Amino acid sequence: MSETWEPVIGLEIHVQLKTETKMFCRCRNGFGGGPNTQTCPVCLAFPGALPVPNRRAIEEAIKLGLALDCTIAARAVFHRKNYFYPDNPKAYQISQYDEPLCSNGRLAVPTADGDVTIGITRAHLEEDAAKNVHVAASGRLHGATATLVDFNRCGTPLIEIVTEPDIHDADTAKRFLQLLRQTVVELDLSDAELEKGSMRFDVNVSVRPAGSGELRTRTELKNMNSFNFAAKGIEREIARQIGIYEAGGEVQQETLHFVPGEEDSPPIRSKEEAQDYRYFPEPDLVPVHPPAALVERLRAEIGELPGARIGRIADTLSFYDADVLVTGGLDRLWSALVGAGADAKEAANVLSNQFVAAGVDPGTVNAAELAKLVAARAEIPRAAFDEALSKAGDAGFAAGPYLEQKLVADAGELDPVIERVIAASPGQAEQFRSGKEGLLGFFVGQVMKETGGKADPRIVNERVRAKLSGT
Amino acid sequence: MIDALRLTAEEAKKLLDAREISGAELFAAYAERDDDLHAFLYRCDDPGGDGIPIALKDVIGTKGVPTTAGSKILESYLPVYDATVAANCKRHGLRLLGKTNTDEFAMGSSTENSAFGPSRNPWDPARVPGGSGGGSAAAVSGGLAPWALGSDTGGSIKQPSALCGNVGLRPTYGTVSRFGVVAFASSLDQVGPVAKNVRDCAYLYSIIAGRDANDTTTVEVPEVELPTAQDLKGMRIGVPTEMNEADGIEPGVSAAVRKAIELAESLGAEVGECSLPRSVDYGVACYYLVAPAEASSNLARYDGARYGLRSDGDDFREMVMATRHDGLGDEPKRRIMIGTYALSSGYYDAYYGKAQRVRTMIRREHAEVFEKFDLIVSPTSPTVAFAIGEKAGNPLAMYLNDLLTIPSCMAGLPGLNIPCGLSEGLPVGLQLIGPQFAENTLFRAGHALEQALGFDVVPERLR
Amino acid sequence: MAGISKDEVLHVARLARLELSEDEVARFQEQLSAILDAVSKVSELDLADVPPTAHPLEIENAWAEDEPRPCLSLDDVFANAPERDDDYFRMPPA
Ligand SMILES: [Mg+2]
Ligand SMILES: [Zn+2]
Repeated sequence: MSETWEPVIGLEIHVQLKTETKMFCRCRNGFGGGPNTQTCPVCLAFPGALPVPNRRAIEEAIKLGLALDCTIAARAVFHRKNYFYPDNPKAYQISQYDEPLCSNGRLAVPTADGDVTIGITRAHLEEDAAKNVHVAASGRLHGATATLVDFNRCGTPLIEIVTEPDIHDADTAKRFLQLLRQTVVELDLSDAELEKGSMRFDVNVSVRPAGSGELRTRTELKNMNSFNFAAKGIEREIARQIGIYEAGGEVQQETLHFVPGEEDSPPIRSKEEAQDYRYFPEPDLVPVHPPAALVERLRAEIGELPGARIGRIADTLSFYDADVLVTGGLDRLWSALVGAGADAKEAANVLSNQFVAAGVDPGTVNAAELAKLVAARAEIPRAAFDEALSKAGDAGFAAGPYLEQKLVADAGELDPVIERVIAASPGQAEQFRSGKEGLLGFFVGQVMKETGGKADPRIVNERVRAKLSGT
Repeated sequence: MIDALRLTAEEAKKLLDAREISGAELFAAYAERDDDLHAFLYRCDDPGGDGIPIALKDVIGTKGVPTTAGSKILESYLPVYDATVAANCKRHGLRLLGKTNTDEFAMGSSTENSAFGPSRNPWDPARVPGGSGGGSAAAVSGGLAPWALGSDTGGSIKQPSALCGNVGLRPTYGTVSRFGVVAFASSLDQVGPVAKNVRDCAYLYSIIAGRDANDTTTVEVPEVELPTAQDLKGMRIGVPTEMNEADGIEPGVSAAVRKAIELAESLGAEVGECSLPRSVDYGVACYYLVAPAEASSNLARYDGARYGLRSDGDDFREMVMATRHDGLGDEPKRRIMIGTYALSSGYYDAYYGKAQRVRTMIRREHAEVFEKFDLIVSPTSPTVAFAIGEKAGNPLAMYLNDLLTIPSCMAGLPGLNIPCGLSEGLPVGLQLIGPQFAENTLFRAGHALEQALGFDVVPERLR
Repeated sequence: MAGISKDEVLHVARLARLELSEDEVARFQEQLSAILDAVSKVSELDLADVPPTAHPLEIENAWAEDEPRPCLSLDDVFANAPERDDDYFRMPPA
């Protein structure tokens, strides 16, 4: 390898707003109802229908823009983006073009080595397309015999966020996406759920010789519906492009469509047809001029943002723990636990492992009660602790009943059980004695099982070893 | 006993209020007349009620009543909702006589571009009624409707009113809702009244004007005053040289307009010359970039997918191309292509972008003139009604019919046509243009002039 | 003369999804050339300092509250549909 290569990555993210109504009509926005039951002349593009913008959507876009440190335009204009497709009934999408609502912002992504600041080119409002169902015997898009269209999603509000090509590795791309998602969720603009499609992103990837400022041909990665999948896909694409250049080839501009659920199979490649969207100012709409008082009110509604909290918490915990807590939406509960006396590291471990598995909304938890349990975790049977976590969000949740379920740590009580377990497996016991140390776990497990998880694992470990060794 | 050719809406209302006639009799007086002018594309059964009948241009969406925009692509289309203006008419008890003929998607100046055949001029059936609202204009002067609504993008109310001897108003952009009206060029389209006299025109305007929550380009409108004054005292009237001496204005048209201007002076108006040099010079070019660009996008929804005509195709793209080939006529195709070209990559700045700047220049020129004048006047159409077929093969010649109506449309200004005399036995139209929201000024001046002119709106051959 | 070539006619027709026969291409090429020649007149003007007008009325901030209104009934949704499949619009494959 004579050369080192620098990846250049830019992201384009679409976030679906959870307003009550659509972007340009007052049909309900959201799931529910059968196909085409949430439609009207506007979102079906019947002749004569006209768009009416949703005030809340505009406010939310401004709010996100402020959170991303963007300039809020004194005059924002909606444009028409013209193209024909079954899911695009007007044959134009109302979007924003050269006068977007928010531009020139940045998001600082904390890393173990300090913040990496990613430029936000723009954040603008637009409408979503309908949902196509391609009907065919084989179920493959290519062999489709018809397209069925449900216009319920058509016209629902989206914020599109475009970054500068400031990202140079897959991990930072992933962190950026996680942090942005958490920011959007905390601003209460969107569920931003990848599985539901309420957050979607495209990734542009190119590579260049390290140190050069050039921008080489990029490929666009579409349809990646998890952050880990994205990181993996980006890494694979970087490697592919480097391979091409090192073999003396040229990267082709193309789009790579990933198939959700088939993460290891190669993406479907398609040449980009030269598009000509013929953007022009939407003549059915007038410009948006956000009043200063509105912008200030929205600014005041923004609390401490996740990125800042990661930096703050990383002063106490490791960067890794801080990142997991904040992007997992757990750090406020963590702070409350620590405030109530729990050990910082202990609380972080509990939250990022067992608590996440319990699937409880952190906002509903009585932190003072949970803190007592975290402090006593070593003395409570695992099963009882897990049960406590699963109930932690219930009304009237109290630590008391769980704290009473002490671990059995008394050797006199445990020894008969241990002896019984060893006697039941003489073969394994012999193997252990002849050096197969790994079998210790087998016996400990058996004892834990016999005691219904109430035995203190530390004591069990000690006693099993002692008994097996005959001491 | 009901003289459909002569009765004004105001007179009809008096007869209805005095119970001298019933709503059904009034409706029948129009509905039973033979439509040998092909003014209507669809005539309705009497919907009942006691209001005055009305005809609507077929670009205005009417729930359950066919709305074709003069296009084969919408031949079978039945709206499931009313346009705001149609709903306003209903709310005032106006009874729908039917839907009037129009150039396809309101693109034209003769109604010959209707997919369903041309309408005829009541003054001479061998001639066009103008366009695109030729059906509404022919219906009103042919005694098929007491009044009607049209739509005007670059002159489609004013010009047919001139050619048929009607009063027609193109209102200030933003005063009348476009919701439910089949769009041609969104930043220019305006619905407006066609009537037998100025007072009817003003009254009908008062019914349709006002802010509509469904059309964010509408605004609150000053209260409409029905004109009564017989004089023009204190009125400052500008006569733009370029609009009164443009190439192509027929001598007979010039003469009639000049006489009307002299009459205005004798009624007390202060008349002075003024100039709109570049508005006239560049208006048509500007219009035929802006309007087609918007139209290319507005007409893209006619794809055969959700309503209207669908032709066969193996995939979506082929289906759309076949549908649009079969369903759209030549004029929409031409304008869609011009507009697509003007917006396309590499051409936007030189064409559409440039036209938008010209539009600013036109607005500024008009604003300057209205610092000195309350309104300006000119011929509405350079010519009287021309023969059917005469210009059909030459789109560019057809476009020049709108030379004098276009500039004020580009500036969003209101314009009123009143008949001001005859040339070769055919009506000549006088165009009055005011600043934004000056409809009351136009009504006042139009009414006073109308009284003094004493033009007989009934076509000679029908008297 | 700002003529338009046959290829350009075909290009804009494709962008606008208009199928054209050979005859139509020839006819439109001639007509569009004449029209483009006429409208090219706007290029005579130097308007670099003049801002564009997209809209004749200078209004801004027209919007509605985020409050749902009734949607269409399925009967109305499909009243004009060329092809309905269950409660979907059916069309040839994309
Ligand atoms: Mg987008
Ligand atoms: Zn809707």
